[in-house]
Amino acid sequence: MRPDGPHTLLDAHLVASRGGFHLDVTLTAAAGEVVALLGPNGAGKSTALRVLAGLHPLDAGHLNLGGAALSGVPAHARPVGVVFQDYLLFPHLSALDNVAFGPRCRGLGRAEARRVAAGWLDRMGLTAQARAKPRHLSGGQAQRVALARALAAAPALLLLDEPLAALDARTRLDTRAHLRRHLADHPGVTILVTHDPVDAMILADRIVIIEQGRVVQAGDAATVTRQPRTDYVARLVGLNLYRGRGSGHTVTLAGGLTLTTADVVDGEVFVAFPPAAVALYPQRPAGSPRNTWPATVDGVERHGDHIRVHLTGPADTAADVTPAAATELDLTVGRQLWAAVKAAETRAYPAAG
Amino acid sequence: MTDRAPVIMIDGDLPTAASRAGTGRRAPAAGPGRVPLALALPAAAGLAFLVLPLVGLLARTPWSQLPARLAAPGVVDALRLSLVTATAATAVSVVLGVPLAWVLARRTFPGRRLVRALVTLPLVLPPVVGGVALLLVFGRRGLLGGWLASTFGVTVPFSTTAVVLAETFVAMPFLVISVEGALRAADARYEEAAATLGATPWTAFRRVTLPLVTPGLVAGAVLCWARALGEFGATITFAGNFPGRTQTMPLAVYLALESDPAAAIVLSLLLLAVSVAILAGLRERWISTP
Repeated sequence: MRPDGPHTLLDAHLVASRGGFHLDVTLTAAAGEVVALLGPNGAGKSTALRVLAGLHPLDAGHLNLGGAALSGVPAHARPVGVVFQDYLLFPHLSALDNVAFGPRCRGLGRAEARRVAAGWLDRMGLTAQARAKPRHLSGGQAQRVALARALAAAPALLLLDEPLAALDARTRLDTRAHLRRHLADHPGVTILVTHDPVDAMILADRIVIIEQGRVVQAGDAATVTRQPRTDYVARLVGLNLYRGRGSGHTVTLAGGLTLTTADVVDGEVFVAFPPAAVALYPQRPAGSPRNTWPATVDGVERHGDHIRVHLTGPADTAADVTPAAATELDLTVGRQLWAAVKAAETRAYPAAG
Repeated sequence: MTDRAPVIMIDGDLPTAASRAGTGRRAPAAGPGRVPLALALPAAAGLAFLVLPLVGLLARTPWSQLPARLAAPGVVDALRLSLVTATAATAVSVVLGVPLAWVLARRTFPGRRLVRALVTLPLVLPPVVGGVALLLVFGRRGLLGGWLASTFGVTVPFSTTAVVLAETFVAMPFLVISVEGALRAADARYEEAAATLGATPWTAFRRVTLPLVTPGLVAGAVLCWARALGEFGATITFAGNFPGRTQTMPLAVYLALESDPAAAIVLSLLLLAVSVAILAGLRERWISTP
């Protein structure tokens, strides 16, 4: 699913180290594409972004943008724009002059740069704030000014570092929709760094998941959501995930447990199913569900309108039950239960590739 | 063989990101309340010790003769020379000291700690020693002095230039330290942001860094200027005491004290008034009080 050939604008193999941490990721993107780098804190997302921007040196690999090699080119000479997590709007300049800064540096005169900047502020719905200093802007307004400032320099590569992380929940919702519109209009490549799967899924065309400096999974949101390949991704999308060896409709997990799956699989495979698919019984159920195993309650928490039960056993599992069922099951830590999952609720897919 | 089989469970809650506040921590504000006696007494004594000499100066000022004495020819010359040389020394300190502070604050290089120690050395060095050292460099047979004299026909010691050099030597560390502190307090990532917008390091320094550290720069320049205005030891050693050429106000005060104490008092009062006026004027505008 990687764009190759004439449409590839960004072609990068980033190898860098930063204080004992080692980054080694391959990234390609087509013009107009929005790619999310998703990963836990410390996965190397921000280092990747700094390397792309020229703020951190590339140790090996390559970085090509529109056919031009960028490694070794200083940050100020790269056609790259950055929206920083805390925006870094220049506190001594008005919103207008912040946005005009890039065009000025690219050689426009003061008046011309201000006209370009005013156009961007207008597009962001911030004409009224043009003369305001950053400290007088709300979080959402500051985010828009930062986006306008980065876009005003017409970058071929736009980088956003956790663009919504500094906002409160309400502002985040509005700003996310706003951001989505502007990213769709950006003709160059957009790389979005985030640890929030919702941001990644809504804003990006493609998701690249990074853990410990390596790409562990890449694909569109639907694929990543349906077929997680690591514990981290499974947690993000809310699935139980196991690795095992498949043979026909059967997958044998490491703990010895055998699951029957609807998919026919062979070799090393993942099996995934949602917590809501797990049924709990006080005694071993007789009859239809064929996947049953003994489980011990390890923790119980309220989770929306249902109860999430964490279970240990031959397979560590999360199960969602109704409050009524929870009362009936007498869910105390250490209680022995039976867990069951219908084969039709599971998804199995090859672990390789 | 299968891999370990783990996993899951999340809540649907979004991970909350630590939002960064732009400003630094604030110390608890001062408030009204009782002051313990063990602190109140030494505090009052300290204040009295600082203020009493000024009171003494005012009490002994020959107010009736003041206009006549201020109009005396030597006084005006000394005052003009002091203001000119202190301002020149401050200008030299800004031009040389700001880049020095930037290098110390923003770059790592071998020997940086030694360089910082050397920069602050004039702060602890007795000014007279500084004057002697300057003579050894710029004097007729000094390291540079001989070359300057033979190549350009310039002799530095005992000239107005020597006054400016002596004052710069003593006062520049105040500016460097103040600006370096301001640079360290200013977020260096603003310079990175400027770079991503196409600003060369020089443009970023000029349009982003310098405006951010302006309050620190002004505070440093004021300290530097005040120190230069009061310079005595290095000046009299390196530049001598020639009225109209190298005799600044402090030198004039010292000289007058031996022959005409009333004149010394008037000159001191004038120096005090100028210092206070400048400091008060700038403090309102630039120097933030906690």
